[in-house]
Amino acid sequence: MVLKVFFPQCCNRADSGLLVGRWIPGHDSAVVLAVIHYPFIPGQVKQYIQQMQAQSQVELSVLGSWSLPKEGQESMESFLRDLSTIFPKGRWLQISRQMGKMGFTCHIVNRDQSKICTEEEEERVIFVHYDQRKVMLSQLHPAQSGIHEPQSDAPSELRQMFQTVAHSEPLFFLDRYDDGPLKSTHWQSEGREASIIVELLKQASVPLCLLVSWLLSVWTWICNLCVYPVRFLSTKLSTCIQLSYRTEHMTTLSSPNPAATHTHFMRKANILVSFMVDVALGMLLISWLYRDNRITVVANTLVPAADHVAKELDKLLQWLMGAPAGLKMNRALDQVLGRFFLYHIHLWISYIHLMSPFIERILWYGGLSACLGLTFALSLLSDMVALLTFHIYCFYVYGARLYCLKIYGLSSLWRLFRGKKWNVLRQRVDSCSYDLDQLFIGTLLFTILLFLLPTTALYYLVFTLLRLVVVLFQGILHLSVDFINSFPLFAMGLRICRPYRLAGTHYHMDTTVCLSV
Amino acid sequence: MEDEVFTNISGKPISLDCQSHSSFCREFTVSSPKVSIGKVTVYTCSVWLVAYAVFFFTQNTAVLSSAILVTLVGMMLHIHFVKIDHESLLVIGSLGIQVSSSYASGRESTTFIEMSKIKDIVINEAIYMHQIIYYLCILLKDPSDENTVSSVVPLFQSSKPRLNCLVKVYKSCQEVLSKCK
Repeated sequence: MVLKVFFPQCCNRADSGLLVGRWIPGHDSAVVLAVIHYPFIPGQVKQYIQQMQAQSQVELSVLGSWSLPKEGQESMESFLRDLSTIFPKGRWLQISRQMGKMGFTCHIVNRDQSKICTEEEEERVIFVHYDQRKVMLSQLHPAQSGIHEPQSDAPSELRQMFQTVAHSEPLFFLDRYDDGPLKSTHWQSEGREASIIVELLKQASVPLCLLVSWLLSVWTWICNLCVYPVRFLSTKLSTCIQLSYRTEHMTTLSSPNPAATHTHFMRKANILVSFMVDVALGMLLISWLYRDNRITVVANTLVPAADHVAKELDKLLQWLMGAPAGLKMNRALDQVLGRFFLYHIHLWISYIHLMSPFIERILWYGGLSACLGLTFALSLLSDMVALLTFHIYCFYVYGARLYCLKIYGLSSLWRLFRGKKWNVLRQRVDSCSYDLDQLFIGTLLFTILLFLLPTTALYYLVFTLLRLVVVLFQGILHLSVDFINSFPLFAMGLRICRPYRLAGTHYHMDTTVCLSV
Repeated sequence: MEDEVFTNISGKPISLDCQSHSSFCREFTVSSPKVSIGKVTVYTCSVWLVAYAVFFFTQNTAVLSSAILVTLVGMMLHIHFVKIDHESLLVIGSLGIQVSSSYASGRESTTFIEMSKIKDIVINEAIYMHQIIYYLCILLKDPSDENTVSSVVPLFQSSKPRLNCLVKVYKSCQEVLSKCK
């Protein structure tokens, strides 16, 4: 087998010392995590490693020695070899490098046979340089591990290596400014990588989460108090649906325990980012809406628009009451239906005019809902459209009901016409012998209904099309709301800015292969 | 090593660079020819001529400026997402295979496949348009069953070298693989 040594790039120029890392069990490979420099007391090193092991749950050990002699400093071959007796281990790596020379030299001291490996075996060593920061931060695709674990398959070598680096985070907290007895080199040895803003946010997030969860509990308590009609209404209004959706989001976000798995963390982050974007867009909308009296302008155009729609509907009904598209309708029924709908429009217009003084104020307060996010404003708009086109909905319901009744009547009379009837008990059509009177009346009614059908069908068709236009508009609004709610913005951002954080099933890594001599 | 002249399936010259880092680590780089100036000129001229013709009939200057934008953006997208300069295959015995392709703009996309997932490397035949071509591919193991092949990763997809080049790469890959098994 070939021995593989995963060596961090940051330790390329480190001073001489001990290599701390882990032998990956089951594979012939070693992960070097840090270099501990001279001078040190072996007892302290052992204690430090045990402490780190307890914190990180990774089996750490001293792998070997590392020497990079400075100018004017002679090499310490014999000293390094003696070191291996202090830290007893199966194998002892002796890696050294000359200043200004490419490549590394590696000797393996095999303790069991207590001799240095032969020349031929020595050549079978691969150095893989890895970027410690990227490897530590990368999250391997969790879906893969989900498949692997049930089969009790040993995780692959690279996965183990990635996990080792990711788990040994406490090892990287020791930086060169520490006054402790040990000095080490790793990716954070120049000082810990952190940002003040992130740390402050971390500190502030705990009380904020508590506050939000308390508010949420109050809110859910109020919601549970609601009596039946309010609850029924809240399932119909898209604003209420959006509200409950956001409540659910906030409960997920404000849970005090941190995300357990990577997927969970990504979900939380996505929710947070989409919420922020949503609120930012809402604020933009508010800043646009509340400037230059735009609310008044909108309110002033809304009533004439409703009037205009009513006038157009009126015209459409007049057209239907005549001879629409050259069709000859039943005049009496046509007139009755037309008058009925005209009366309805009249009612509607008076309702709108009654409302008109309040519309501006309603819009003003409704616009404030955009503080909670653009999605709220959009759902409110959708609700308002639904309320303002209530007459179209009513027309559709009347038309559909009438048409449905007529079709039912026609189908049952058609069965009578053929001498059959619907058996309710057996859920099937049976033959039946009718009286002459029954047949006469039934056939007569069938003929009447059949000849009246085109008139009703026409009304039904026209009002369904009108309703469809409204539904289409509302559908577009709901689609955009859902898009804002569920678009994974955080994952997209990570993908673009830090692609190594989302490493997939195939590992992306920069391998620089240096060769042993 | 580079005394042989290789061509790709459409007859364009390509170069193969084999680097042997050690007995169990080899790197093969296939470089395709650069974007020819003539081709760029032809495309640009044709877009601009069409734009000028439209401008002649509509007298709208926005057409001309949009034509310039379209050619610029098209060129950027082409060198960033389509045109691949080098494709390299790094075989490291007992560790894995790294396939990377570098685009003309300098963007690199890298995929690493672990040795435990690889079944073999083979040369395969495929029908491509109206001809039959050979290509090199990595066979991946099915995680549940060792003996079946779950998927195939084709190599050198954009440069498409001919058989003589593939055989050379194949032989040295097999040398490395056989040593590590």
